[in-house]
Amino acid sequence: MNAETKKLRVATTSLAGCFGCHISFLDIDERLLDLVQLVEFDRSPLTDIKTCGPCDIGIIEGGLCNAENVHVLREFRANCKILIALGACAVNGGLPAQRNHLSLSAILEEVYHAQHGLVDGFIPNDPELPLPLDKVHPIHEVVKVDYFIPGCPPSADAIWKVLTDLLAGKEPELGHGLIHYD
Amino acid sequence: MNKDVTFALSSAGVGESVARGQLDRGGVAMNNKPATFTLDGKTIPFSAGQTLIQAAMAAGVYIPHLCYNPEFKPHGSCKLCTVKADGRHTSSCTHQAQDGMVVESDTKEINDERRALLQMLFVEGNHFCPSCEKSGNCQLQATAYEIGMMSPHFDHFFPDRPLDASHPDYLLDFNRCILCSLCVRASRDVDGKNVFALSGRGIKSHLIVNAKSGRLADTGFSGEDKAAHVCPVGVILKKRVGFAVPIGSRSFDEQPISATPHPGPAAATLPPHPQGACPVGPRSNAATLPPHPTVKDV
Ligand code: SF4
Ligand code: SF4
Ligand code: FES
Repeated sequence: MNAETKKLRVATTSLAGCFGCHISFLDIDERLLDLVQLVEFDRSPLTDIKTCGPCDIGIIEGGLCNAENVHVLREFRANCKILIALGACAVNGGLPAQRNHLSLSAILEEVYHAQHGLVDGFIPNDPELPLPLDKVHPIHEVVKVDYFIPGCPPSADAIWKVLTDLLAGKEPELGHGLIHYD
Repeated sequence: MNKDVTFALSSAGVGESVARGQLDRGGVAMNNKPATFTLDGKTIPFSAGQTLIQAAMAAGVYIPHLCYNPEFKPHGSCKLCTVKADGRHTSSCTHQAQDGMVVESDTKEINDERRALLQMLFVEGNHFCPSCEKSGNCQLQATAYEIGMMSPHFDHFFPDRPLDASHPDYLLDFNRCILCSLCVRASRDVDGKNVFALSGRGIKSHLIVNAKSGRLADTGFSGEDKAAHVCPVGVILKKRVGFAVPIGSRSFDEQPISATPHPGPAAATLPPHPQGACPVGPRSNAATLPPHPTVKDV
């Protein structure tokens, strides 16, 4: 086997997240060049591949706010040897989970119907739209998650540390300054 | 049982000393050497009546803790300060040091237990650190960093705990209360006001405000009170100063809690935020929509 075929396959996705974690991932800047020597990307917003094939590492940004999020998460879990929760929303629900103490119908009414400037607004109900879940959940409440990188977003250095630890076959560890919940 | 009783017995340990050796284990060894115990192999001197955590702090050794504050009598409720003293689990904030004791604290076993306690505290409340004014100055968060809590592990309760913003200068965000009782102790024992109390039992325990209305504005609470400055987390918050020190430049961003023995609250002033009314219009098509699935239905 040559070095080329031994590259680790990595998939990434953003569920109920803001893509901030992916942006922070890209903030590893020129280290991306080192990374692509070691990994190749499967399903990811970076490749635009739409379904996840067998992978070594799956990286999930965002929690679960609708039915589609749950399907994608299960697809990743089924295909990835190692699953990583990236960022506050994947780790504990984050900002989207701040709706959990409110009833979903009250929120939808506020957003689509009652707010300023909405005349005859109505709540979207197209069968194409994934149904929102009654509550937002972090991903470990639905599938087994192997590693967590907290932070909103986690710093590029924290993401880099976990990935390089894993690529070196070590247990990832974030010390002071890299572990952050905010 | 009144915990204060045990705490007040400065000669505690004397009875045991007969069984355990020829020492008055309460402070000074019979051979007049200063009394010591070992903490993770390090020799820690102590004086009569000191608890394990007091002696450790005085020697500059950090033992994780949340409900303990050196200015107050210990409460012994959070169990973060648990150590193994001569092989037995005990709260180091209430356990008196005894001569020759062998104490373990920073071990994998105990830190794993502390992590589980922290995780339970996180999922029982609503701790959304990115929007919390206390983030970076919060002892719960900093202790979780120290213990390497990478995830909350358990399923979240997502409880519904409305805020109390009635007071002109202070806000109560009950979502983050860890029931440490420091505000209760401060208001009762220092301010003499009894503004706060813990009510209910078990998972129903919660912090209440001592007014008929239950609102902070209807108590004698003021920003001068000790109780306004002891909350280790982001419950009792001074209004209009929340993000004057940006996230990333706060106490525990600078150094870990283990190197910050007595963290103080960040103080600063900002102009008041404008208050806007939230408009509510007529009702919509909500009733005609299909029910929203729970995560178990998917
Ligand atoms: S109180 Fe502490 S742990 Fe809770 S949300 Fe605020 S910063 Fe985070
Ligand atoms: S409000 Fe703060 S000080 Fe009071 S019991 Fe809750 S966590 Fe402790
Ligand atoms: S610090 Fe000792 S029990 Fe809380």
